[in-house]
Amino acid sequence: MRTKQIDKSPARLDFIQSASGLILALFMWGHMFFVSTILLGKDVMYQVTLFFEGYYFFAESYPLIVTIIAGTVFVIFILHAGVAMRKFPSSYKQYKILKNHIETFKHADTKLWFWQIFTGFAMFFLGSVHLYIIMTNSTEIGPYASADRVVSEWMWPLYILLLLAVELHGSIGLYRLCLKWGWFEGKDAKTSRVKLRQAKYAITIFFLTLGFLTLAAYIKIGLEHQDRAGERYHIEKTVVQGVKS
Amino acid sequence: MSEEKAPRILKINILRFDPNNPQDFPQIQTFEVEEAYGMTLYVVLNEIREHQDNSLMFDFVCRAGICGSCSMLVNGRPTLACRTLTSKLDENITLAPLPLFKLIKDLSIYSGEWMHYLNEHLETWIHDKEKEVNVDKLEERMEPALADEIYELDRCVECGCCVAACGTIQMKPSFVGAVGLNKVARYHLDPRDKRTDEEYYELIGDENGVFGCMTLLGCEDVCPKDLPLQSKISIFKKNDAKNRTQKLEIYIQTVIYPCYS
Repeated sequence: MRTKQIDKSPARLDFIQSASGLILALFMWGHMFFVSTILLGKDVMYQVTLFFEGYYFFAESYPLIVTIIAGTVFVIFILHAGVAMRKFPSSYKQYKILKNHIETFKHADTKLWFWQIFTGFAMFFLGSVHLYIIMTNSTEIGPYASADRVVSEWMWPLYILLLLAVELHGSIGLYRLCLKWGWFEGKDAKTSRVKLRQAKYAITIFFLTLGFLTLAAYIKIGLEHQDRAGERYHIEKTVVQGVKS
Repeated sequence: MSEEKAPRILKINILRFDPNNPQDFPQIQTFEVEEAYGMTLYVVLNEIREHQDNSLMFDFVCRAGICGSCSMLVNGRPTLACRTLTSKLDENITLAPLPLFKLIKDLSIYSGEWMHYLNEHLETWIHDKEKEVNVDKLEERMEPALADEIYELDRCVECGCCVAACGTIQMKPSFVGAVGLNKVARYHLDPRDKRTDEEYYELIGDENGVFGCMTLLGCEDVCPKDLPLQSKISIFKKNDAKNRTQKLEIYIQTVIYPCYS
């Protein structure tokens, strides 16, 4: 007897959207902490760069590792964007209906979702540019190289917009993931939702503050280093020992 | 000597429209009503109809938040007129019919048509799969706790507030909404319903069902019966198979989880 097959693809697409979003959001937290090491000094950031290039494992730098990481993130990013597009308003009429609903209803979580759509749309472009540059220029990461990219290569306007988009999109996304899957729900869903929303705002403020301080640090270094743009940073000890001529 | 405060004069702005009259067009009409102690919007609307304009149409039956008939948009927010105290609102109050449902006139809507389609589509009745109904057969015993859980979900009065508050339905009217998913949860809990997980999945396992939900939770925030819609629509990854009948969150656990695996 032939049994009827059920179509599991809607469940899978839903799962892929949640899983890829979670991976990207957690990656962005890690990414933010790593790039913000510039606030602790150029040496610390340089050591983090060397770590991701595998220097402390292979005694030699392999920027290809960074290319592979960036490429993997890019693939997950595209996958997430692809499945998340199902939720976007698909016509101007739908957009108008949604906008009208948000304006009249004045509901906080519905407004947050609109911001998520808006920032998600912006990241189609902003995120793609950044990821492609990192993927194809993985040797150009470091205290001076990154600062030069921000200032001398005019990436700072894009990074300001990208920072806003990523932090808003990521924190709203994680908040909604918790609600969707019932994480941290506890016995009282209403109370836990209030706490989750507070945590969401706190996380957004924390990462935006950290992000702008970090960007300011790179801009400062980039401005100071503008005349010598292209020169790469090396830890002084290395130079003293004559490893680098 | 304490001076008694003069009652507020409420300005009630009502969206008036008769879709059956080709000459009519939507317009806002403003009425002034003197506020009284403990006044609800239902009382305000009666006051207007009795003393100012007897052509004003709105729905009501129970006047006590039980029937769900007087649902409408109050300052853009879906709620029941009979449970809304004017003292909680500003002097300027705007009333409009719930969107998405068939408009009869002014604030009166025909939500029955939408709900009827939903109930037929989701087959919201017990499926026991017995070919012949034996009315003499005793029903199986049910644990009181489970009966309570079913009753909790059965308290839905189909007022349509969750439908009007749902951003997804606004864009995609084919989405079954919280009212639909809540009904499915109710029947899935019921041991008398013999439908399999796969059969339930076929009902709601698509973009018009549980995967269309974007977790905006407008439904949860406006439900006049305070139904646990957030928990009902949450997708729980934990598959507590041993304990599944005792848990409220079953419906997605058991319906959706097997489909991921």
